[in-house]
Amino acid sequence: MRLPLAWLAGVLQLPAGTSPEQVSDALLRIGFEVEELHTVPATTGDLVVGQVLSIEELTGPKKSIRFCSVDVGSGHGPDGSDDPRGIICGATNFVAGDKVVVALPGAVLPGGFSIASRATYGRISDGMICSDRELGIGNDHDGILVVDPDATVGSDARLLIGADDTVIEMSITPDRGYALSIRGLARELAAAFDLPFADPAERELPHRAEGGWPVTIADPVGCGRFVTVRVTGIDPTASSPYWLRRRLSAAGIRSISLAVDVTNYVMVHLGQPLHAFDAARLTGRITVRRASAGETLKTLDGSERALAIDDLVVADESGAISLAGVMGGESTEISSATTDVVIEAAYWDPPAIARTARRHRLPSEASRRFERAVDPAIAAAAAELAAQLLVRYAGGRIVGRSDVAGDPLAPATITLPLAEPQRLTGRPFEREVILRRLEQVGCVVTDPVLDPATDAAGQPGTDGARSLSVTAPTWRPDLSRPADLVEEVARMEGYDSIAAVLPLAPVGTGLTAGQRRERSISADLAAAGLTEVLSFPFIGTADLDVLGLDPDDSRRRPVALVNPLDADRPLMRTTLLPGLLDTVLRNISRGTRDLMVYEIGPVFLPRSNAPVPPPVGISDRPEDADIAVLNAALPLQPRHLAIVLAGSVDRPGWWGDGRPATWADAIEFARRVGSVAGTDVRVVAAEQAPWHPGRCASIRVGDWPVGFAGELAPAVVERLGLPPRTAAVELNLESLPERRPSVAPVISPYPPVHVDVAVVVDASTPAVEVFQALRDGGGELLESVRLFDIYTGDQVLAGHKSLAFSMVVRAPDRTLTAADATAVRDRAVAVAAQRVGASLR
Amino acid sequence: MSSPTTAATTPASLNHPNPTDAGAIDKALAEALAAVAGAPDLETLKSTRLAHAGDKSPLALANRAIADLAKADKATAGKMIGKARAAVTAAIASREAELTADREARILAEETVDVTLPYDRHTGGARHPISTVMARIEDVFLSMGWEVAQGPELETEWFNFDALNFPKDHPAREMQDSFYVATAPGSPTESGLVLRTHTSPVQIRAMLERRPPLYVVCPGRVYRTDELDATHTPVFHQVEGLAVDRQLSMAHLKGTLDHFARAMFGPESATRLRPSYFPFTEPSAEMDVYFPGRKGGPGWVEWGGCGMVDPNVLQACGLDPAEWSGFAFGMGIERTLQFRNEIPDMRDLVEGDVRFTAAFGSEV
Repeated sequence: MRLPLAWLAGVLQLPAGTSPEQVSDALLRIGFEVEELHTVPATTGDLVVGQVLSIEELTGPKKSIRFCSVDVGSGHGPDGSDDPRGIICGATNFVAGDKVVVALPGAVLPGGFSIASRATYGRISDGMICSDRELGIGNDHDGILVVDPDATVGSDARLLIGADDTVIEMSITPDRGYALSIRGLARELAAAFDLPFADPAERELPHRAEGGWPVTIADPVGCGRFVTVRVTGIDPTASSPYWLRRRLSAAGIRSISLAVDVTNYVMVHLGQPLHAFDAARLTGRITVRRASAGETLKTLDGSERALAIDDLVVADESGAISLAGVMGGESTEISSATTDVVIEAAYWDPPAIARTARRHRLPSEASRRFERAVDPAIAAAAAELAAQLLVRYAGGRIVGRSDVAGDPLAPATITLPLAEPQRLTGRPFEREVILRRLEQVGCVVTDPVLDPATDAAGQPGTDGARSLSVTAPTWRPDLSRPADLVEEVARMEGYDSIAAVLPLAPVGTGLTAGQRRERSISADLAAAGLTEVLSFPFIGTADLDVLGLDPDDSRRRPVALVNPLDADRPLMRTTLLPGLLDTVLRNISRGTRDLMVYEIGPVFLPRSNAPVPPPVGISDRPEDADIAVLNAALPLQPRHLAIVLAGSVDRPGWWGDGRPATWADAIEFARRVGSVAGTDVRVVAAEQAPWHPGRCASIRVGDWPVGFAGELAPAVVERLGLPPRTAAVELNLESLPERRPSVAPVISPYPPVHVDVAVVVDASTPAVEVFQALRDGGGELLESVRLFDIYTGDQVLAGHKSLAFSMVVRAPDRTLTAADATAVRDRAVAVAAQRVGASLR
Repeated sequence: MSSPTTAATTPASLNHPNPTDAGAIDKALAEALAAVAGAPDLETLKSTRLAHAGDKSPLALANRAIADLAKADKATAGKMIGKARAAVTAAIASREAELTADREARILAEETVDVTLPYDRHTGGARHPISTVMARIEDVFLSMGWEVAQGPELETEWFNFDALNFPKDHPAREMQDSFYVATAPGSPTESGLVLRTHTSPVQIRAMLERRPPLYVVCPGRVYRTDELDATHTPVFHQVEGLAVDRQLSMAHLKGTLDHFARAMFGPESATRLRPSYFPFTEPSAEMDVYFPGRKGGPGWVEWGGCGMVDPNVLQACGLDPAEWSGFAFGMGIERTLQFRNEIPDMRDLVEGDVRFTAAFGSEV
């Protein structure tokens, strides 16, 4: 919303000397987000109103050129005479007799453009006839600025063109539709400056004969009021006066024609959007109704629109002629031949307008106001004002007015306990302050009618009354509860008058176990040299194809978005890998070669047979069963962890070689995450895309799968252009069991006995099984077993491998002998022999 | 008087000094001391020790010859030779210490390295600054006794809008351009699901799950259909706070925000409120924070929105607005980082360039 202060001044007289910045600060303080102050750039020197006396057409080299004789007023002529000045001008949009704005020699226009007498086209041009753009007041450069005939020749043109005006541009929150008008903002500023306010919409309505146009409201909920005023005999060639064009331009609205300009002016002035029909093109009675099935309407913008049965329309006997509150129809549009006009001022149901504007993608100045609710009380005043302006500038006469009522929302009457403002804001307000502030915003405040049986409060009208009865004004449908009124009082008194008090929350118990776990895992990975990534969770089918997922892989059943930003990624991720790999590739393309990155976040997994969320009200707490259905409608959103390792984990350098990341690093990180979470995970060979089928581990807790780790399949690596042998992990963190308190181990003070043992097993035997057999066979005295070498070759049988383990044997209560250690080793090997056919090498 | 037997069987005896000959003993001593002093290294000192303090050294042999002396001479000779031998032993020990120290010094000198060699064998890791700052915010509120709550990012419209008093077809729903979830193929209805546009649905969940007093802070990721540019991102993070209790007012909201601001921006920081509109609060306010470290000088920066929980929201959660009141506030994490840590371009926060993230380390 643009608020031209010159326009405001016609409605509200601010204290003399109030600067635009003070107005802007006041608006901010009462809740309007000021975005910008626009001022007209200064013109120095003489800028006067002139009248074109005669025009001599010259033939220029490229375009027609006019040499004009212009009366610029007494004393402004050449050498201070009263004589007219000769001025060369390239524009053609004026005739002799028109009044124009002339910059005299010595003037400097915005942009440092100095005006001087100069010889051109064989004449002396002794000044300049200015356009909007040259004066910095608009962008109109189609021709020069022609002002109204009643402007005084020789007077300073600055006042006339609003060169001293400031326009305050601000955003209006959706609850304050009334503030999309000079009327509404003037009232707010009157309250902010504690000034009396005269409502420009409170005009005495002239009595009119019934006879705007015959109207039937067939949908009284959709249309709360429909006023028509008919004006006949207007001059279709009449144009808008300069002041009107100037005001609209300051408000950011283009001048179109007198009829359109007048309706736009009233809309900005009072907040009531209007529509003008060409009466000659109306067919019979107007009916306000919902569109019928299959109905179409060609709107003003020339497009043929298929209407929905929910759309409100204004129809005559020919069918729909206007998309109510949103855009008029072409068939009844005002034209340059129109002499007979019907002006419509209506109140439309806000949700209906919002739906229609959205459905047809037609946000307009009118729909923006209607969907925020306009004041139903001013429809007749607004239509009258428009009709009168039309008659003033285009002649003709007002034939009559019709005013048909539907069921507009009645303003609420609210009982406001006097203690409520203090209860919600924490600062006391005197009764008088509450009363004054509410009346300033337009409320009618009375003492409540007390029921002596239930209310033993003081007498009505005395200070003992505990509450006020407040009726909201017709333009404030947002005021319906005590809290709404508290905001009005508090914002007018200033939020800065509220003190700061720190509330005491009950003592807490800190983070939950799950929250602590996620923080620990993340901190551990970062400490291990990994960098956290937070990628967008949007993916496309191509992202899943490139991973080589099977057609029936459950990760291929993602949730889809209706309105994705990127048409190639309309799906929600079912795995963290696409986003993480994308990030890796971006880093590589920017020259980082060695990458260890991780991400923790949800994936989105649709449930089969998920219910559609049922309609649930908000008047009270929903039933538990309803909440359960709402939750069941959601996809599962488990939090996953993914890691990608590409390039070196150890860089080469002066210290020696580097070491590339491998499948083993990936599995190691998976174990490490398990360990931070308090779980020893199991590693089992597995096949799962996108991992290398021979280098992929299923990570499990017991038999419960938690995720996968290993090297990515070479085909995936190649398709994506990743470094060879890129490795990855993906775990479902919510599959990890809740951590139990760690049990302290027994730390023996006795010396250990170290025993090495090499066993030969079939080459296909997983090392973990040999390890587990040794571990189990060694019993309690076997403190630890560690695999330190793997050998295949001449020294062992073909198809076999030798695994070398170092064992630490120790007792908690005594020093063991070599013989004790050997016995432990033999028991361990015996179990390995029995379970996996291991033999001592 | 020498022993013929000894003289005959030990070659060294041939030239050992006469134990009674003080001059000869002194000479042997002088030779020994000279040899010890002249030993250039520990190896030479070892042979010098053998030659001058060993069993077959002149002084040792002279000492042994004392046995053959007349009783009257024994004591004198013994004393003289003993003194000489002790002097040799002491000289050797002293020289050995010297040489050992020299050798250690030499070895240390030889082992000297260029400690300025860069060692970047392992790259450093880092949490994302968004995670770090969220954890920091959580800690501020945990220290005040608040809880941290989370909820689903893909929500029902009831939790994201209805329960938060966004009427259907109200322009307020369009203030937050939502990503809508498609319905299953073939299903005629709308899905009723959105990517949450704020973390406020977590507040609703908290109020439905337990009775007040309730003090929760909800950090998390949210979605709006803004194209990614220097100041917008369709996926961003928020932290919201909610307190519901008896007799909570805007004064408590302001006190909480001031404390929070001081925790994040230093003891000189403060907040100020400007009236505004949110469907889920009444009264509502925009909040500015005074940031002493602001680029270009201390000043006020827009930080977030807040207000008293709207009575309709309390009712939707089964709480009587006459009995309970509450306040809520929320701010964008990316925005906070942008002005607090001078991040000119939002894209740096979302692209995951490890050079950017690494620069923040473990603290922001």
